[in-house]
Amino acid sequence: MVVTDRDVSADEAPRLSKKDFASDQDTRWCPGCGDYSILSQMQRMLPNLGRKREDIVFVSGIGCSSRFPYYMNTYGFHTIHGRAPTLATGLKLARPELLIFVVTGDGDGLSIGGNHLLHALRRNLDINILLFNNRIYGLTKGQYSPTSEVGKVTKSSPMGSIENPLNPIAVALTAEATFVARTFDTDPVHLSATLEAAAHHKGASFVEIYQNCNIFNDGTFRDFTDKPVRGERLLYLEPGKPMLFGDDHQRGLALSGATPRIVQADDQDVIIHNPAEDAPTVGNMLARFQYPDMPVPMGIFRQVHKPSYGDMLGQQITDATEQRGPGDLAALIAGDNTWHVD
Amino acid sequence: MVESPTLGSSAKKSVVQRERATIRFAGDSGDGMQLAGNRFTDATAVFGNDFSTLPDFPAEIRAPAGSLAGVSSFQISFSARTIHTPGDAPDALVAMNPAALKVHAKELIRGGLLIVNKDAFTSANLKKAGYTSNPLDDGSLADYRLIEVPITQLASAAAAESGVSKQDAERTKNLFALGVVYWLFDRDLGPSIAWIEEKFAKLPAVVEANKAALKAGHAYGETAELADAHVSVPPASLLPGTYRTITGNEATAIGLVAAKELSGLQLFYGSYPITPASDILHSLASYRNFGVKTFQAEDEIAAVGAAIGAAFGGSIGVTGTSGPGVALKSESIGLAVMTELPLIVLNVQRGGPSTGLPTKTEQGDLLQALYGRNGESPVCVIAPRSPGDCFYMVIEAVRLAFHAMTPVIFLSDGYLANTAEPWPLPDISQLPKIDVTFHQDPQTFEPYRRNPDTLARQYAIPGTPALQHRIGGLEKADGSGNVSYDPDNHQHMIDTRADKIARIANVIPALEIEGPDTGDVLVLSWGSTYGAAITAVEQARADGAGVSLAHLRHLNPFPANLADVLSRFQTVLIPETNSGQLRLLVRAKFLVDAQGLNKVNGQPFNSSEIVDAIMALRSTQVPTHA
Ligand code: SF4
Repeated sequence: MVVTDRDVSADEAPRLSKKDFASDQDTRWCPGCGDYSILSQMQRMLPNLGRKREDIVFVSGIGCSSRFPYYMNTYGFHTIHGRAPTLATGLKLARPELLIFVVTGDGDGLSIGGNHLLHALRRNLDINILLFNNRIYGLTKGQYSPTSEVGKVTKSSPMGSIENPLNPIAVALTAEATFVARTFDTDPVHLSATLEAAAHHKGASFVEIYQNCNIFNDGTFRDFTDKPVRGERLLYLEPGKPMLFGDDHQRGLALSGATPRIVQADDQDVIIHNPAEDAPTVGNMLARFQYPDMPVPMGIFRQVHKPSYGDMLGQQITDATEQRGPGDLAALIAGDNTWHVD
Repeated sequence: MVESPTLGSSAKKSVVQRERATIRFAGDSGDGMQLAGNRFTDATAVFGNDFSTLPDFPAEIRAPAGSLAGVSSFQISFSARTIHTPGDAPDALVAMNPAALKVHAKELIRGGLLIVNKDAFTSANLKKAGYTSNPLDDGSLADYRLIEVPITQLASAAAAESGVSKQDAERTKNLFALGVVYWLFDRDLGPSIAWIEEKFAKLPAVVEANKAALKAGHAYGETAELADAHVSVPPASLLPGTYRTITGNEATAIGLVAAKELSGLQLFYGSYPITPASDILHSLASYRNFGVKTFQAEDEIAAVGAAIGAAFGGSIGVTGTSGPGVALKSESIGLAVMTELPLIVLNVQRGGPSTGLPTKTEQGDLLQALYGRNGESPVCVIAPRSPGDCFYMVIEAVRLAFHAMTPVIFLSDGYLANTAEPWPLPDISQLPKIDVTFHQDPQTFEPYRRNPDTLARQYAIPGTPALQHRIGGLEKADGSGNVSYDPDNHQHMIDTRADKIARIANVIPALEIEGPDTGDVLVLSWGSTYGAAITAVEQARADGAGVSLAHLRHLNPFPANLADVLSRFQTVLIPETNSGQLRLLVRAKFLVDAQGLNKVNGQPFNSSEIVDAIMALRSTQVPTHA
């Protein structure tokens, strides 16, 4: 029989540890790859959720990041290029009680699979989409990706890329994702907390994770994520708190009309971060912040609560069953119009 | 019940009894020909004839009014005995405008009844249809029994009394025409009147207008003494039982719900709108109270991906589409081959290649189903043979998918999808259960450990404690399911996947021969060609030919006795609405010099075409038992 509505209450599950979530497979990313840190924080975070391992599924597409499921001691599906959200959709609708993570990359999620990403987000399917952004195609050995900068020299763009990059956060906000966040591989505390917040969110969560590819695009985020410069160049978003940055939180963000400006921390115009705001203005503004003109925001850009696709589908089934009674196969087969031959 | 119509009953003239009649309604897309055809079908069902219908509509929803491209038609053949096809050439044609006449008159039999709406033969309409002179006047229709009726005028006049707008009054002309045809073919108005009353219950004026037009048409037939006699086709002696009218798409949707009940699993249907498969999505979407989960995906790839995801989760994962959609899904079907998950892919075939002829029928996707993926990617392929058979074969698709843990491609087509026939209701209690066991035991679990008989791998679904595992599109080591690049393992897995599909032949029925089990000619048909093929074979045999029929519903693997069946006949004839795809397979696999009868014009076979081919083959042969 199909296992449905399995009891997943935390009290029943024995407390698991990080190593309970590690599979027996050898990890095969290049030494020094940012993926290791993400894997490690995921394995460390999952026990906090109190979910059983068998109720968790990792679904991935193709690319370096998409090897992720093999290393998790959960159920996993390494699918085909760009299509992970589609399999996750069917699995979630069939089995609403499962906790599903989609692991994708900038090529997998925004190029070949861009369409699916948009639609999974706009439907507010209750899954967690983690997009590892390294601004390069790693598995195919170094071509520019849809998030590579203009002018980027790669094997397939020897004279520099002439394509405008996509901004993953802006894409997710435009698709009306109900949870949109960014974090990065070299801040384990922030990474872990962001993953946990995404997992707790009911509805589609989108997390962009800046991930260093030390082989084909080493240091692409270094200018603002390296420890010594982080304080000055990153803006850690904290719900309900003023948007401050700088080593001593000495500066803040304010708005002049619709234009952001940097002010002193004690300026009374400093904006309070409110990810629950449904209006897109501030979220979209933050999404556009780029180093060196502005500090790069990290954290939750948006978190609003709307009914998920799966819940609404379930509700329709409940409503239809109440209104029309549970389906009667014999009546369905007979239809509205029968006649008898003796 | 409704008032029983008395019109015409007092004026019954002589009645000519016929065993079978075939009528075609043709008009502009806006003329309501499908509605008229469907009403006639209902009246015929109630009357007790066996019947078969063939709707044929343009691909463009809004082709210019009056143009050749905008002609829509509906053919029904009804009979006092069992029939399998909607008939070849019609005996009677209703042409609502010059374009309909132009497209269809040439197929009417000589001496056939031709009813035209005289009002539509304006110079503008004649020009749109490409007539340089009016065929009603120039003698070009002398071969037919032409009946000119001012249908628009008469219908409008009859309907106007109910107070509907002029436009709405004119729109009743299809019902007026239907009334005329009811009189000519001696059908009862009752079922159509009941239908009108129910359909337009909220619009009393429209009910009155339509009823008035229908009755006026019937009365016109009577008072104008349109023909020398009524044609009467007595009821058929169908097997006792309860019947309904069913199309292939309806039967497919209902069959999936039956498979859900027979297996106790959930049913998940992922689909993207496409002609001629969309009706399956529409039907299933209305079955929410059965717990059916439908998902209208953002594209074909997402539709199949979601179905695979649902299958991974332990549901019956189904995706439905037509050929262009299968092309888009091919990489994903390969994923289901590699991950050895049960997946059902419905292909309601249409004319190809590319966008092709969306509303026309074709059997052009057989080789696509077998081979249209990268790598050695064997899947199970089956095909229903009639509208009602779609019900049984889609259940078979589900059974085989879980039996062997494999994708199954179900090849219906535009003809089966839309054609209707009387269908004896199945007894649900007689349908075999579909056994599905999910693996539970950690001691014996390996994701790719196999059942030694079927080679199906162990099926453990998320949520099962201690069986966490990972699957994916990379080659797997047999047993453990770990990613494997080992050359010997790859060869072994290629062979195993092929063997697994081949072994399905052990659990499907043997191929039956309809007719003597040896002889001159074997007609080997598949899919929707069955109706025309069996009709042709029976006819040719009655005409003295030594011919039998074997009809394939399982195309990969073939039934185990196919080689034996082929060897019993001098010549094998394979009729297909493609350029010879089954023939290519049969020749390659069995080294049999099979002959093809191929027609790829978007229309199903006429049985006469197959009869002619049988007779031609026979005359080229040395007589063996003369
Ligand atoms: S190529 Fe880059 S992204 Fe891929 S594993 Fe190596 S370092 Fe990581």
